[in-house]
Amino acid sequence: MYTYNDFDRAFLAERNRQFRAQVERRVAGGLTEDEFRPLRLMNGLYLQLHAYMLRVAIPYGSLDPAKLRQLAYLAERWDKGYGHFTTRTNIQYNWPQLRDVPDMLDALAEVGMHAIQTSGNTIRNVTSDHFAGAAADEIEDPRPVAELVRQWSTDHPEFQFLPRKFKIAVIASDSDRAVMKIHDIGLKIIERDGVRGFEVWVGGGMGRTPMVAKLLRDFLPRADLLPYLESVLATYNRIGRRDNKYKARIKITVFENGLDEIRALVEEEFPRRRAAFTGVDQDWLARINAAFVTPTLPERDAAPYYTARDADPVFRAWADTNVTPHKHADHGIVTISLKAHGETPGDASADQMRLVADLAERYGHNDIRASHAQNLVLPHVALADIPAVHAALKTMGLATGNIGLASDIIACPGMDYCALATARSIPVAQGIATRLDALKIEHEVGHLQIKISGCINACGHHHVGHIGILGLDRAGVENYQITLGGDPSETTTIGTRTGPGFAYDEIVPAIERLIFAYLDLRDGPEETFLETYNRLGMAPFKSALYDQEARAHAAE
Amino acid sequence: MAKEFTPKVVTANALIEGDVVYLTADDRWTRHLSEAEVLIDEADADYRLLQAQARAGEIVGAYLADMRRGPNGPEPTHFREEFRRTGPSNLFHGKQSEGQSRA
Repeated sequence: MYTYNDFDRAFLAERNRQFRAQVERRVAGGLTEDEFRPLRLMNGLYLQLHAYMLRVAIPYGSLDPAKLRQLAYLAERWDKGYGHFTTRTNIQYNWPQLRDVPDMLDALAEVGMHAIQTSGNTIRNVTSDHFAGAAADEIEDPRPVAELVRQWSTDHPEFQFLPRKFKIAVIASDSDRAVMKIHDIGLKIIERDGVRGFEVWVGGGMGRTPMVAKLLRDFLPRADLLPYLESVLATYNRIGRRDNKYKARIKITVFENGLDEIRALVEEEFPRRRAAFTGVDQDWLARINAAFVTPTLPERDAAPYYTARDADPVFRAWADTNVTPHKHADHGIVTISLKAHGETPGDASADQMRLVADLAERYGHNDIRASHAQNLVLPHVALADIPAVHAALKTMGLATGNIGLASDIIACPGMDYCALATARSIPVAQGIATRLDALKIEHEVGHLQIKISGCINACGHHHVGHIGILGLDRAGVENYQITLGGDPSETTTIGTRTGPGFAYDEIVPAIERLIFAYLDLRDGPEETFLETYNRLGMAPFKSALYDQEARAHAAE
Repeated sequence: MAKEFTPKVVTANALIEGDVVYLTADDRWTRHLSEAEVLIDEADADYRLLQAQARAGEIVGAYLADMRRGPNGPEPTHFREEFRRTGPSNLFHGKQSEGQSRA
């Protein structure tokens, strides 16, 4: 993992010193809110419905025990004892007070973390594969490149006032676990004729105009990455629309100008940019690479794992969903569900965070990840140690075995916290998960991704949910639209709306009808919800959603 | 005839704590909607909002929120204001957990 050097520490200390002074001037009356607002947003401080919210970046989701313990400390010292992990692998504190935020930022700096560029029209937290360094199918660990992009983009003077926010993801395997193609730029590390380079995807995004990214460059040489990114950003910065917030993302720039035109403009810009890069970035990348060595994993006898599986059906069921094969066969990737049935998706208490930090230290080579699906991951655990990890997780309500199942729901904070939201998301997720738990059917249902957003901005990724739910305000009442057939994997697909929305007290039963319809329709237990939908199309699901409702109304 | 004016209260977030506050008739900021001044005249409401906005050292983002009259003072007409005066529905945090002592 990358460790801050003196330059990084000095930069962050200076930024935090500036922000502390800005807060003091705001409180003393020297700055108006209009003057202060952009300054606080540059440092990740929002004002939401009930309180301020501090959004802290977790670069490409990577944490170590010291960082996670410090996040727990912030939660306990200055918040209400918990934090909320988001789909951009940030952590949000929902209850800080303005005067305390400079102290919180200083505490973060102690462990090399900050909240810079977690807001504003800048390049946001770079995301990556949460199984990076452990996945059997990756060609290399994508995080060094993500770290290079993070360093390049942090405080980059040219890209502090883009037309709109800008999100970049980096992956290095054919399986896409980072929803790379819904990013403004998605980078996929590939190999061609024995040489590593990048596929560069551009113009993906969700929000009110969801689009899957298009392939801008099918092979970009490694050393050209930063000048090429600068060329794309500079092109967007110049021709991206600033007249209309809803048309300001690069997806619209690409859509309106056409991919070929964007490509031509980028290529025209590229030689100038390339000439300015002397290769120092590649030297620096080599040093970053050295910081991301996958731990040396000792050979371990996996027998205790299989013994525990045979002896304990609860452990076996949990391991079936929450343990993923590691590139070293005697190890596993453990996903820790933050989706206990009925709890808030993505929330973790300070005690839970500390437990995960302890487990990472004891069994996980000090490596922890936050995933975009709002769970935590221990990427390198010996199979032999997994029963002990599971036993420890059970003591803290962290042993829910539901990864990839219907209750592993992504949900944005919605109107319970967010000032932009048009409806609540969290109680809908809680209601669905609680119902699934009561029915005891989710293991039978199998892989099903439900994603909920409380407004059209789509932080809850509803467009790529197998079942997507979008909460809206319809004439002063919460109303929930359903989309089906979204796909966040490498076969990225935007879901299709089923029809009219459902009231707050109708949405959980509606989702239940969809799930039972799938069980009736599927061609055997091997066929997933998404596969059934792709085979049969919308009609039978639409019927399950609306015909029964129509019958019920007719009977009234 | 002009459309009937929907009663309003002036609401904002407190500068330091960030929590929801309402303007009272005697120019205090209260944490309790029941104590808020109900404005039934449009010109009066606009004037009170301007006065509130001038108090930038105390609050952030003052605006007029629609209300209806209830037995215990103003009641929100929209669910967003209902959440603002209560707190989140997933956890017993915010106003609902704070009792009457913080006014």
